[in-house]
Amino acid sequence: MKKKITLTKYTRSSFLTYGLVIAAYVILQSMVLTGSITSSLKGMLVPICAYAVMAVSLNLTVGVLGELSLGHAGFMSVGAFTGVIAAIALEGIVPMGWLRLVIAMAVGAVFAAVAGFLIGIPVLRLKGDYLAIVTLAFGEIIKSVLNNLYVGVDGDGLHFSLLSDRTGLAAGGRMIVNGPMGITGITKLSTFTAGFVLLMLTLFIVFNLVNSRTGRAIKSIRDNRIAAESVGINVTKYRLTAFVTSAAMAGAAGPLFAMNYSNIIANKFDFNTSILVLVFVVLGGLGNMLGSIIAATALTILPEALRQFADYRMLIYAIVLILVMLITNNPTLAAWTQSARDKLRRAVGRKKPARTPAEGGDGHE
Amino acid sequence: MKHTTMKKMIAFALATVMLVALCSCGGGNGGESAASEAFKLGGTGPLTGGAAIYGNAAKNGAQIAVDEINAEGGIQFELKYEDDAHDAEKAVNAYNALKDWGMQISLGSVTSAPANATSAEGFADRIFSLTPSASAPTVIEGKDNMFQMCFLDYPTQGGASAQYISDMALGEKIGIIWKNDEDYSTGLRNSFVDKAAELGLNVVAESTFTEGNNDFSVQLTEMQNAGADLVFLPMYYQPASLIFSQANAMGYAPKWFGVDGMDGILTMEGFDPTLAEGVMLLTPFNADSTDEATQAFVAKYQELYNEIPNQFAADAYDCVYAYKQALEAAGATPDMTAEQLNDLMIEQFTSMSFDGLTGTGMTWDSTGAVSKSAHGMVIQDGAYVGLD
Repeated sequence: MKKKITLTKYTRSSFLTYGLVIAAYVILQSMVLTGSITSSLKGMLVPICAYAVMAVSLNLTVGVLGELSLGHAGFMSVGAFTGVIAAIALEGIVPMGWLRLVIAMAVGAVFAAVAGFLIGIPVLRLKGDYLAIVTLAFGEIIKSVLNNLYVGVDGDGLHFSLLSDRTGLAAGGRMIVNGPMGITGITKLSTFTAGFVLLMLTLFIVFNLVNSRTGRAIKSIRDNRIAAESVGINVTKYRLTAFVTSAAMAGAAGPLFAMNYSNIIANKFDFNTSILVLVFVVLGGLGNMLGSIIAATALTILPEALRQFADYRMLIYAIVLILVMLITNNPTLAAWTQSARDKLRRAVGRKKPARTPAEGGDGHE
Repeated sequence: MKHTTMKKMIAFALATVMLVALCSCGGGNGGESAASEAFKLGGTGPLTGGAAIYGNAAKNGAQIAVDEINAEGGIQFELKYEDDAHDAEKAVNAYNALKDWGMQISLGSVTSAPANATSAEGFADRIFSLTPSASAPTVIEGKDNMFQMCFLDYPTQGGASAQYISDMALGEKIGIIWKNDEDYSTGLRNSFVDKAAELGLNVVAESTFTEGNNDFSVQLTEMQNAGADLVFLPMYYQPASLIFSQANAMGYAPKWFGVDGMDGILTMEGFDPTLAEGVMLLTPFNADSTDEATQAFVAKYQELYNEIPNQFAADAYDCVYAYKQALEAAGATPDMTAEQLNDLMIEQFTSMSFDGLTGTGMTWDSTGAVSKSAHGMVIQDGAYVGLD
């Protein structure tokens, strides 16, 4: 009985998320088509989608799996660079821009998944906060490697070299990744629609994963690892599944983000970006995918909306962030919305036992 | 189960934030129709963060020029600078905010990585841009309406530095400390090393560092052990200031040779200018010049902002005057669209010759690169003095 209710509730909340994302897309896209949108907001649509995908995918690791990851931007970076290299290398072979973007996202996802798998194998066998430290190191290593990576393409195919440019391209060849200069001259292929599709796909994967046998196994590991092990759940396998899925989706967000700009540098995906995504997740609520999307959207728009405050912009941004964190964790306010919700319920006629909102939080952190 | 409350709560609070954000987003561009008697000139630069000295210098320099021109009557400008925090993503956001404001002509971006991103946008939108200081060749490459005011793009500057050291026989054993995760530093170092090999300069040691490094004892010891008597520092002023103070502490005193990014070190807060004594660098602007226009500019800048202007301020000042000259010659009026102005400016800039603070007889070719010469400077008694 109880299980059935949880299931429908979960389905209901996931459909609410899909619905809201679709509604937002329809409204914004019609604004773009009729030209009633500001350039400022229009320019932020693709990065918002990319950050939302990042937040949702990190929420799978942090909220559902219950492991702290501090290197999520590293996966985005791997995806961005491999995806863009693929897209540029295929320029002559695949003329359709959208197809190249899809290939880039797929390539990015695969490489990021491989990276996630490789660091996941040793680390996910460990207990405690090791994952946080190792992912942090991973992000830094990726940044260093990409800053010293030189990739070029010519008639003979791709050429790679590390530390200095020894690619020795034939005449007519093109330098793709040029060390710290990153990739320049990217054709802008990312569109809002592509971002929307990727976000929907990410939500679909995450919701279905969480609401499956695998997802329940993952959550049981989060809540009590020993109990989960005692009933025969392969802890490493399920943790790895969640972690690699999360990495792959971040890898797909990479090309979407990178191909919205004409150039991309490895330093963009640094520790600060990882923390920013973590802030989206924490602000939106651990395990709450809709919250992650809204937080990513709000916190991407907020600094731009505060431009009128000039020099005090980032100060106000920080204050707003603190306020939102405080307000969302305020037990009085939580009790107030709870009672309002209960009243609403009673008015609609569906009885539900009152809960104790003062406890707050998710309990597993 | 208990986190559903949280969920709703958070959604509610965030939605409010978002709503407010969106409202102010839409409300920010109401007054577009107001000014049709002034040209709307916009630019992005790092007004906050690690590279803020450059962004603020460019902004202040441009503002002085705009105020002077507006006071004269005739052509009027309205200047707006937006912060990009030296980040490509934020630069595009800043650029879009300027577009909403109604920008007609642009000062591009101050630093290279953001300029790469905004120049691609400006090229697609047909908004003409003259950047004061973004020196990467990729900023103007393949874009007919992107022009540069800065004196040499860095591949040339590194070579010019090597040439200068060789011509003046400044050092026997040369060491290089460079930042290998930054395009500016790597570009300069590569062109320097290439030219040094060509000229037969003896590079005895090379050492690298990355973003966030504050301890240079390893790099400096390496230089000292190799016996380098001249150390080339292709980097911005911030790491350079640390290198100078740490070298001083360990009693290592080679000749230092910097680049245009070193400009600004004398006005850096908390830095003792005596440490930079004897540092040489190539820059097109000399605040100690006896030239009348330069002296007036320096005096005004000091009065308003309480510091000696660097090359970035002078470049931005020149940009605005170059625009004035081009707009006058083209007979442009402020009611023209950005696209009309774009075509006129391309025509003017490729045919005109401009005299400014950072050089005389400057001309631009169709790629958007400027031709002007650099001067060797040495820091003496806390100020730049011409080397030759």
